Amino acid sequence: MKKRIVCFVMAAVMACSGVLTGCGSKKTEVTDTLTVFNYGEYMDPDVLDQFTEETGIEVKYEEALTPEEMYTKYKSGAIEYDLLCSTDYMLQKLISEGELQEIDIDALENKENIGDKYWEFSKAFDPDNNYTVPYFWGTLGILYDTTKVKEPVDSWNVLFNGEYSGEIVMQNSMRDMFMLALKALGYSLNSSDEKELKEAQELLLKQKPDVQAYLVDEARDEVVAGNATMAVVYSGEAYLGHQYNENLAYVIPKEGSNVWLDSWCVTKYCDNMDAAQKFLDFLCREDIAQKNFEYIYYSTPNEAVIESLSEEDRADEALVPSDDATKDCEVSLMTDEKTTDFMNELWKELKAD
Amino acid sequence: MNKLKSVNPRSWLSSPYVLWVIGFTLIPMIVIFRYALTGRDGGFTLDNILAIADPIHMKAMIFSLEIALGCTFVCILLSYPLVMALRRLNMGKQGFMIFVLILPMWMNFILRILAWQMILSSNGILNFLLQKVGIEPLAIANTGTAIMIGVVYDYLPFMVLPIFNAISEIDEDIIEAAKDLGAGSLTIFRKIIFPLSVPGLLSGIVMVFVPSMTSFVISDILGGGKLQLIGNIIEQEFTKSVNWNLGSGLSVSLMIFVLISMAFTTKNEVEGKGSAIW
Repeated sequence: MKKRIVCFVMAAVMACSGVLTGCGSKKTEVTDTLTVFNYGEYMDPDVLDQFTEETGIEVKYEEALTPEEMYTKYKSGAIEYDLLCSTDYMLQKLISEGELQEIDIDALENKENIGDKYWEFSKAFDPDNNYTVPYFWGTLGILYDTTKVKEPVDSWNVLFNGEYSGEIVMQNSMRDMFMLALKALGYSLNSSDEKELKEAQELLLKQKPDVQAYLVDEARDEVVAGNATMAVVYSGEAYLGHQYNENLAYVIPKEGSNVWLDSWCVTKYCDNMDAAQKFLDFLCREDIAQKNFEYIYYSTPNEAVIESLSEEDRADEALVPSDDATKDCEVSLMTDEKTTDFMNELWKELKAD
Repeated sequence: MNKLKSVNPRSWLSSPYVLWVIGFTLIPMIVIFRYALTGRDGGFTLDNILAIADPIHMKAMIFSLEIALGCTFVCILLSYPLVMALRRLNMGKQGFMIFVLILPMWMNFILRILAWQMILSSNGILNFLLQKVGIEPLAIANTGTAIMIGVVYDYLPFMVLPIFNAISEIDEDIIEAAKDLGAGSLTIFRKIIFPLSVPGLLSGIVMVFVPSMTSFVISDILGGGKLQLIGNIIEQEFTKSVNWNLGSGLSVSLMIFVLISMAFTTKNEVEGKGSAIW
């Protein structure tokens, strides 16, 4: 009996060590695997296959819906992501928490495809352009029905002058609405000054009776369907809106607006920087950026792609905002807890009114 | 030996249920209470629970109460005539009518609310039809009325079904007897049918009042984000301002409020049964 137990233990130990060596030998293969974390529907699936085909590097692909969800999943440490794509303020947070590794940007062969303008935008959250590579970007602006407005729309003022009472759809998003009101008043959209924030709230309060609704995803549809004359939307939505109803136009108001930027970064868990660099370089390549652009239809920072666009698309402010339109735009940065709480109070007061 | 026997050998059948209750009721409740009773710094505080007294929260709470009471009242008013009509139908037709009533519930709830948005919007189906017959278009979209229509539409079946169950159990002989003794249909309703339907009515009230009190999707879609129920504020605390402590605190206050109103209805239920027997 005892002998049999010993035998069994021996067998078990051997099996275990077998498994262990198995793991060990697999480890050498793992160097050729990248774990990539991205937003949902934010990359042409063919692109990943093509990458594996060309480089022999396998990609494990994970998706999240919001920056907050991404952050929570990343921080839980359950999966060690090598690369992730997130939004400006979230990247700023990750950088400030020491979660990212520096990338050798100059070693990227296709670096030149990304326009200087976007490296400049990135400096708002990545001051030395060490940590992030721009992927897609967009603006916040006004989508309006050209058949229903009397004069050209070019200012946030149309939302506040009372002329389109009951015809306006605003975003049901605290940060976006404060950014817009601050910009309309001529302040920075990253203002944490309580007086300025209060002023912004008063502007929005005064506007509230004129607002038809505060919506999120349906904002675009209301203008498309003709229920509203104008809506505050993100540029990606505006492009789609124009596809549905060609009387719609999109404008980035002259006072400036918010520019958002989604960029790739390499986390501290990545131990194969070489493969990560290859992946980033691959995404910046013209044909790949083109594929992703045609899949997503947000503004691309890839100038090689922009140059190959049709005349009409290139003139579309929602797709390719001009330098002039974005000159007063700002990237939104993370707010401290005190400002967030204060803004939240103001927002609740606005909604309760 | 006796002791062993007293353990039901089939009690393990309840284990999935026990696990369910622990995993999805008990633990989440503990987590919510823990958040509610701590501040952001982690220390004990009652502020989050008392925050319901804040004027903004109170206003949303009162509006929620108005919507919930209004919805319950309208549902009761709509249910009784419907149930009385159903009672007269034969079995087959009854089944069909109930089926028709339940049918929309098989469709996604958000889709149905979005459909109402289409109907009520300023260029919507309702105003299109009104204009056809020469009536001024109505501005219902994004008002309290729109929210009310949404909640009534959504929760009406939850009122009709329990009342229907209670009333269909009434023995026809009792009503025949009442008729023999010269009772008119109003008297029969007042003295027999209504009292005997009270248990169904009460469970209907619970099933309509509580969800309409705590809903937030309907008010967001049909209220155009301009009107806030307490549910909207709680949602915002969790998703937008990431203050889970305050969100949990408000949820706990709401829960306490609902429990109190529940205690009130169960107390009435005993009386209701009493009067039913009487």
